[in-house]
Amino acid sequence: MTDSSISPRGSSPAQPTSPPAPGPDLPPPHAGGVEGTLEAGLQLKVRSQWSYARMRFFRHRLALIGLFGLIVIFGAGIFANYIAPGGFSAINLGNFQYLAHPSAKHIFGTDELGRDEFNRVIWGIRTSMEVGVFVAVVSSFIGMFVGAVAGFYGGWIDNLLMRITDLVLTLPALAILLTASALLGQGSQWRISAILVAFFWTGIARVVRGVYLSLREKEYVEAAKASGGGDMRLMFRHILPNTLGPIIVNGTLAVGTAILVEAALSFLSLGIKPPTPSLGGLINDGQANPQDWWLTVFPGITIVLIVLCVNFVGDGLRDALDPQQRRMRA
Amino acid sequence: MLTYIARRVLYSIPVLLLSSFLSFLFVSYAGNPLATARQNPRFSHQTLINLTHQMHLDKPVVVRYFYWLHDVFADKLGKSLITLQPIWPDITRTLSHTAQVIIISESLAIILGIAVGIYSAIRQYSVFDYLFTSVSFLGFALPTFWLALLLQIAFTDIYLKWNIRIFYTSGLNSTPGGSAWSIDRLQHIALPVATLCIISFALYSRYMRASMLDVINSDYVRTARAKGVPEWKVIMRHVFRNALIPITTVTALNIGGLLGGAIVTETVFSLDGIGFWFVQALNSHDLYEVMAYLVVTSVIIVVFNLIADVTYGFLDPRIRYD
Repeated sequence: MTDSSISPRGSSPAQPTSPPAPGPDLPPPHAGGVEGTLEAGLQLKVRSQWSYARMRFFRHRLALIGLFGLIVIFGAGIFANYIAPGGFSAINLGNFQYLAHPSAKHIFGTDELGRDEFNRVIWGIRTSMEVGVFVAVVSSFIGMFVGAVAGFYGGWIDNLLMRITDLVLTLPALAILLTASALLGQGSQWRISAILVAFFWTGIARVVRGVYLSLREKEYVEAAKASGGGDMRLMFRHILPNTLGPIIVNGTLAVGTAILVEAALSFLSLGIKPPTPSLGGLINDGQANPQDWWLTVFPGITIVLIVLCVNFVGDGLRDALDPQQRRMRA
Repeated sequence: MLTYIARRVLYSIPVLLLSSFLSFLFVSYAGNPLATARQNPRFSHQTLINLTHQMHLDKPVVVRYFYWLHDVFADKLGKSLITLQPIWPDITRTLSHTAQVIIISESLAIILGIAVGIYSAIRQYSVFDYLFTSVSFLGFALPTFWLALLLQIAFTDIYLKWNIRIFYTSGLNSTPGGSAWSIDRLQHIALPVATLCIISFALYSRYMRASMLDVINSDYVRTARAKGVPEWKVIMRHVFRNALIPITTVTALNIGGLLGGAIVTETVFSLDGIGFWFVQALNSHDLYEVMAYLVVTSVIIVVFNLIADVTYGFLDPRIRYD
């Protein structure tokens, strides 16, 4: 019985494996039997850093909930043509009802022109999703390259990067974004996205730069250099894989931030303008009819759910990709 | 320490000048500053030409920047391009209203955040902890303007349905020019204060919890417990005081976010603060008012960044500035 506490399987005492240990890829010799499972348990399975990260991520309950929520919400946005076939501004003339309360027919109610609010929210999700993902991906790439060069070489380019981020940090973020979008951005979601990218990349570049600064002094980089690796090889082949964790986490969280900021800009009617649908714009429209709460509540809840799910996934990724940090936060 | 502060102040002067120059370039190139005036039928062609000359709009942008810079120092931020009125009185009036809202909401958020953070940390993984962890996760995902709108809708509904006026949902006072410290004013600013407070509370309680947990697991706390110091004394004396250090920095650095939150909150509640004033300036494309807002807020942010660094160095003697 004392053995059972030592053996991880518990049920049977550990026996020395008499047959020569098979390679990690080979199936266990007696698959199915007690001994078979035992040996399978004792075998070493080759796991990469990424498969460990995947395991940790899929054990993170909140992250899975977030992932599931995102798949549902973004799926609705992607298939907006099928879910809300009439489009963003469709008016049901056959059964015209304006400012109808939420009902089985219009589950989110209708607005003052009789447009189905659910349709409008679905199309708004598509725009928010486009903005969030575009901003996160593009600013992560820009931030990754600028941060890599600045952190690896140091010198004037590093100085320039730090001064630019200093400048960005001296102004309230929303104020510069508002100024930029008021003066040149209003209209389509891509202009707003471009403006957001112009400010978002600096944060990611700062993070990447920090990681490069500490990693470039590591022995393995020195070894790679000694064996003749050029700068590009050191930067992107040897150091980059170790910075992907922070980049992915920051990029994921940037999706949520970008969606929130875009909604705020559109709400102040300095962002995405009709006819392009947007969740912030919907809330702004709803403000004209404050008695009809559904016009404000449903688009808002959608934004909250998207950002909440993105943050859950981001937290799960952080715990999965950087397990040391979890211990600190515990 | 004094040389450090002096060096920081000297460094922030070129940063502020550069950021104002870049904003000026950007704002000037982005739109015609007299576009609104041109649409005004009361402005004749000659008036516009005179105005262009008077405001130096016929000069190159770099020259205009120096005219503007001169106005900033000699004429207290200069005059508005649209109304031709001095900007300074607007700034002081709106900023005092914003400051009142921000100071009350921040005080509440800090006190509540610290209290909840401490309790969540000493009862980690309890129902209380999970409840407030969810609250702060929700707080991070809430758009500020939406929270403000929900409060506004709820209290408008209460008034319209039952005719009970708990809080007003727009403006500053029931009568123009009412007192800044009265029940009436508090009823007006309660909802903006609550909005900003909830958003900040989410941040502070989270930071306080993390920072408490960091300290609770450190060696000297174990030593204190091993010596037999009573638990409340360990928490309040050894843990709490050290856990406060990161919070001071977070609070000071949060000022930029707060000013951003003030923009949307004040707009929702039509509160005569600097954020609402800025949005109106943006909508009328008033170049000099926009610039005045950017300059004033960037000075505030730079000052608060400096305060953050100095207090950090003061509270944590391991940090040495020289």
